[in-house]
Amino acid sequence: MDETLAEFFRRTILKIPMTEMMTILKTWNFLSENQLQTVNFRQRKESIVQDLVLLCEENHASLNDAAHLDIIYTQFHRHQKIWDVFQMSKAPVSFRDAEENSVWIRIAWGTQYKKPNQYKPAYVVYYSQTPYAFTSSSRLKSNLPLLGQALTVASKHHQIVKMDLRSRYLDSLKAIVFKQYNQSFETHNCTTSLQEGSLGLDINMDSRIIHENKVEKERVQRVTQEIFGDYPQPRLEFAQYKLETKFKSDLNGGILAEREEPLRCLVKFSSPHLLEALKSLAPAGIADAPLSPLLTCIPNKGKNYFKIRDK
Amino acid sequence: MPAVVPSLVGTEDALLQQLADSMLKADCTSELKVHLARSLPLPCSVNRPRIDLIVFVVNLHSKLSLQSVEESLCHLDAAFFLGKVAFLATGAGRDSHCSIHRNTVVKLAHTYRSPLLFCDLEIEDFRAAMAQRLVRLLQICAGHVPGVSALNLLSLMRGSENPSLEDL
Repeated sequence: MDETLAEFFRRTILKIPMTEMMTILKTWNFLSENQLQTVNFRQRKESIVQDLVLLCEENHASLNDAAHLDIIYTQFHRHQKIWDVFQMSKAPVSFRDAEENSVWIRIAWGTQYKKPNQYKPAYVVYYSQTPYAFTSSSRLKSNLPLLGQALTVASKHHQIVKMDLRSRYLDSLKAIVFKQYNQSFETHNCTTSLQEGSLGLDINMDSRIIHENKVEKERVQRVTQEIFGDYPQPRLEFAQYKLETKFKSDLNGGILAEREEPLRCLVKFSSPHLLEALKSLAPAGIADAPLSPLLTCIPNKGKNYFKIRDK
Repeated sequence: MPAVVPSLVGTEDALLQQLADSMLKADCTSELKVHLARSLPLPCSVNRPRIDLIVFVVNLHSKLSLQSVEESLCHLDAAFFLGKVAFLATGAGRDSHCSIHRNTVVKLAHTYRSPLLFCDLEIEDFRAAMAQRLVRLLQICAGHVPGVSALNLLSLMRGSENPSLEDL
């Protein structure tokens, strides 16, 4: 086996955490049971990897096989990539929801003069029978139009549009575009925390503490529930709002009042779980309920990038 | 003796709850019943006992909490300001999270001629110490400490803790 390929195998296998090693190798299904049994998995990781690479050589593994392994690793670690969402249009579409009819595509970019870079591949996840594709952000932005064209042609669509939606959590992106997020689950942490009140603290049933404003509290819980529902929210890490509007002032003739050019400003909300955080704001007393529709429309509109301009 | 009744007023339920729990654990010779309210005025209730002390809790991290307290103050009977009101500012310890300047609450307390206390309620030991202090304050305001009235206490506290802004 050529040295660069062997090295690629070595590095790809080394990435795999030991706890997942057997599962991933079995999913890959390239090395047989017997072959795997010959490996001593109690050695140091480097030695295990070396043995595995030797086995790959025995089986005359090709670049394709390595790419296949890399895709499987990425499927297991999909959260390590940030995913953009593309929507294609004018196609015969019949929705197949809740079915894992997904195709994972791995693309290593090269040019006329350079061999494809195996270490910086782009990934595309395409759900057949739907107009949606998800791509991991590629560092080579110039390849994006090409990728778009290829996807459109391959899936027999006419046009491809990049949606204003981006997140690390592929499954949440899926839930948002396929509108699958509003299904109630029987028991979940999130619903109980809403019932226990702000910040998930147990409500002290001590009778020496009297809660006034019970009515207001109940109103807040009710409004929050109406807007966010009972179900766990899809997971996003941020929402970004770009503002480009002219300055409006109540005072006559402030310094900025005469300004013709619009003011530009960017507001970004970040959180390990943005929508759950927004959901808990009003019950925690940090914001008034109902929240601004600009925040609550995110899953509905399938957007977490907004541009706000004067009408 | 009737129970002593403080009312804790603030937007952040979790903080009020924790403070109330700490106050119940503090040493208090009288029976304690803590009212928690998000804002004033309180909903109409025939059975509410007389309130001995109102503590307005402002979270320096939240402009909303200050705004809510300012609006609530308008609804309070003037008689309370004779020693039965205190302001408690929390969150000063995490300076980078503060969106309200310390001077803003100092000015607010000065305007209403009431003492201002600082305490990071999220830290258990500080909270316990503050709770004990509030309980002592409460007992005086309820008239359970012979020889000291709420008004006495107010003038005593003003001397050391709240120099007027002109003096600063």
